Amino acid sequence: MSGSSRTPGEFTREEVTSTTDRSAGSAPNTRASEVALAEGSELMVNSLGEYVQAWVKRIRNGDSGVLPVLGGLIAIVIIFQVQNSLFLSAGNLVNLLVQGAVFVLLGMAEVFVLLLGEIDLSVGYVAGVGAAITAILASPFGGSWPWWIAIAAGLASTVFIGTLQGVLITRLHLPSFVVTLAGLLGWEGVMLFLIDHASPSSGGLISISNNIIYDLVNGNLNQVAGWVVMVLVVALFAVSIVLRDHHRRSNGLAAPPPSLTAMKIAVAIAAGVALLLVCDANRGVSIPLRGVPWVVLIVLGFLGMWSFLLGRTRFGRYIYAIGGNAEAARRAGINLSRIRTTAFALAGLTAGIAGIIYESRLGSISDNIDGGTLVLYAVAAAVIGGTSLFGGRGKMIHAVLGGIVIAAIYNGLGLLGVSASTEYIVTALVLLAAVTVDSMTRRGRATTSAR
Amino acid sequence: MNESFLESARPGGAGRAQKETLAQLNGVSSDAKEPGVTRRSLGEPTEGLSGKGHLNEVEPLLSLRGIDKSFGPVQALAGVDLDIPLGQVTALVGDNGAGKSVLVKTISGIWEPDDGQIFWEGRPVHIRNPKEAAEMGITTVYQDLALCDNLDIVQNMFLGREPTRYRLLDETAMELAAKRTLAELSVVTVRSIRQAVASLSGGQRQAVAVGKAVMWNSKLVIFDEPTAALAVSSAAMVLELIRQLASRGLAVIVISHVLNEIFSVADRIAVLHLGHIAAVGPISEFDPQKVATLMATGTSSWSSHESDSPSDPREL
Ligand SMILES: Nc1ncnc2c1ncn2[C@@H]1O[C@H](COP(=O)(O)OP(=O)(O)OP(=O)(O)O)[C@@H](O)[C@H]1O
Ligand SMILES: [Mg+2]
Repeated sequence: MSGSSRTPGEFTREEVTSTTDRSAGSAPNTRASEVALAEGSELMVNSLGEYVQAWVKRIRNGDSGVLPVLGGLIAIVIIFQVQNSLFLSAGNLVNLLVQGAVFVLLGMAEVFVLLLGEIDLSVGYVAGVGAAITAILASPFGGSWPWWIAIAAGLASTVFIGTLQGVLITRLHLPSFVVTLAGLLGWEGVMLFLIDHASPSSGGLISISNNIIYDLVNGNLNQVAGWVVMVLVVALFAVSIVLRDHHRRSNGLAAPPPSLTAMKIAVAIAAGVALLLVCDANRGVSIPLRGVPWVVLIVLGFLGMWSFLLGRTRFGRYIYAIGGNAEAARRAGINLSRIRTTAFALAGLTAGIAGIIYESRLGSISDNIDGGTLVLYAVAAAVIGGTSLFGGRGKMIHAVLGGIVIAAIYNGLGLLGVSASTEYIVTALVLLAAVTVDSMTRRGRATTSAR
Repeated sequence: MNESFLESARPGGAGRAQKETLAQLNGVSSDAKEPGVTRRSLGEPTEGLSGKGHLNEVEPLLSLRGIDKSFGPVQALAGVDLDIPLGQVTALVGDNGAGKSVLVKTISGIWEPDDGQIFWEGRPVHIRNPKEAAEMGITTVYQDLALCDNLDIVQNMFLGREPTRYRLLDETAMELAAKRTLAELSVVTVRSIRQAVASLSGGQRQAVAVGKAVMWNSKLVIFDEPTAALAVSSAAMVLELIRQLASRGLAVIVISHVLNEIFSVADRIAVLHLGHIAAVGPISEFDPQKVATLMATGTSSWSSHESDSPSDPREL
């Protein structure tokens, strides 16, 4: 774009950029931005300083993103580590990740509907129904079907349930709170029926007889495979952000400064190596036990897939649009019922996966799983992570961070040997803190836009 | 994917211009200096449309006949007859609550009329939803702007019409086109077009809504009080833009309470009073005093001049 069409505001911004650069003394950036200025081209180089400034500004405006939950997580870790040095041991950390997986997956299911400004209270027992169907089909009295058929059938049932609830909500214009509250009761009934009728003699407990389903949580990647996967994932991440920045720059659009990109990649490498080192330490009691549990990979896979869906596709964009202003989305020609129903179906699918992970960890599915508490943890995970209950704001990573916070509280208090009562109270306080942050953020935004 | 989407979004749209938009979106990496979507849409007249610009001789693009719309006991529109010709700016005026916004929303597919007929290019049509309106080539700047606060400027400008590459959102193409449009409009300066709309001032939001509407090669562009929140200079810019759209051969409907604006921008004027058309005709047959009287009372002392009432649809 030529200099003449540049708006005055952007001029100021470039000037600010170059000054910051000089004072920060980062030589390469300074030169690059001066070249950009000399050519009169579009704002191409943004210094690290400017990015940090913009970031601080965003936080001041109330868009704090994952900061509160990261801060909270660090505080929780420090508190528990001081109380019991076993907390940060490799064995306990892996245990924590595995415990968190169910909360994380259920939280992800909830994110899909919370983004729309809706809620799904049924995910706990939907997970239970999917788990029961999978367990029954894989068991001898259910026909000993191969693992993938059992899992596919379980997930198909939860997708069906999600779609059914979505259709009721969108076509009959019923509130999601009520429809999924009915689901919370009704699907528990269906789950009990399935478990009790499939195997009346088993006393309401079906154990997982399929090794592969059992290994989803209890099996580990061997060490070499773990490192190979880690290197591939980090390389994919690095290549994709470098390519994206390059594409933007070559089109004359603002892109993050290379130093920031390098820092992001360094953080990804560090996180990957740390995860692998923790998982590769021997955590066995009598026999050696090492490697990344499969479930960690499964959770990361869904995190990547769902984040991609929300961030890079029209479907994802429309979910945010509906959550932000449903009427505006409708006037933009978006098919609201289709997007909403699909979101409920995806919530069902993700809940089904959580259910299968849950039974894999326990090695069985029983008729006394508490789907009511699970759904509360699911909503808590999403909200603690930073997803707004009021729709339109949130990400899949929030469910991951929130789920880990809940697992850390659960795990840490367990290590300290405190009672369940304390655990509930602490989780409640953390949840309240998270909702407070959310509503303060909203108020911050409201005042910003009113100004 | 990209192509099929945009094509399907506006099968009735101006074909040539549409192709160019596509080329624009696809060819983002080739030449950043190429004139943008808006430059083209505002600058070069599109053939086939601009040739018919002679007043009153054109077949109306849109004709409304006997449109009724009630909300419970409130009859918002009562037998509205109105013709909207190509290449002209039709001003729609009326007191608060006269039914202007309801009429605009009926044309835009937000509501179907309770009764009456809509003719588009002479053919009877039913505009059942906003998507169908968009596909016909109707774009609207709503009085309430209809922006998503949680999305950024680019995301709002392309909402519902996002270009894709390999089925993924083509953010670069969107950002480039949005940037060009806003730069050409130069109505309001924003710090970054990637900032959330929630953080914009009222005037900036209105500018985004206007930019969103003129990016597409429509046949009819409707502005419901587009200058209400704008500073004088920005308002002048928007009025200039409205003139440009009309001189390009598009049909334009403008709603405004500022009679000075109306008389500087409109070719025709329609006065709405309590849900029915009190008067309609070329702007030359009106003066501000008469329009004010019509808006307030629904009649004027020169009622004999209301001769330019819409022709019978059977004559179309
Ligand atoms: N969604 C709705 N539900 C019920 N009544 C409505 C609705 N929308 C409009 N009305 C009624 O229809 C009438 C016309 O409203 P409309 O919004 O068209 O007025 P307007 O001419 O645009 O006024 P203004 O100049 O204030 O924007 C009003 O009496 C209003 O109360
Ligand atoms: Mg109005």
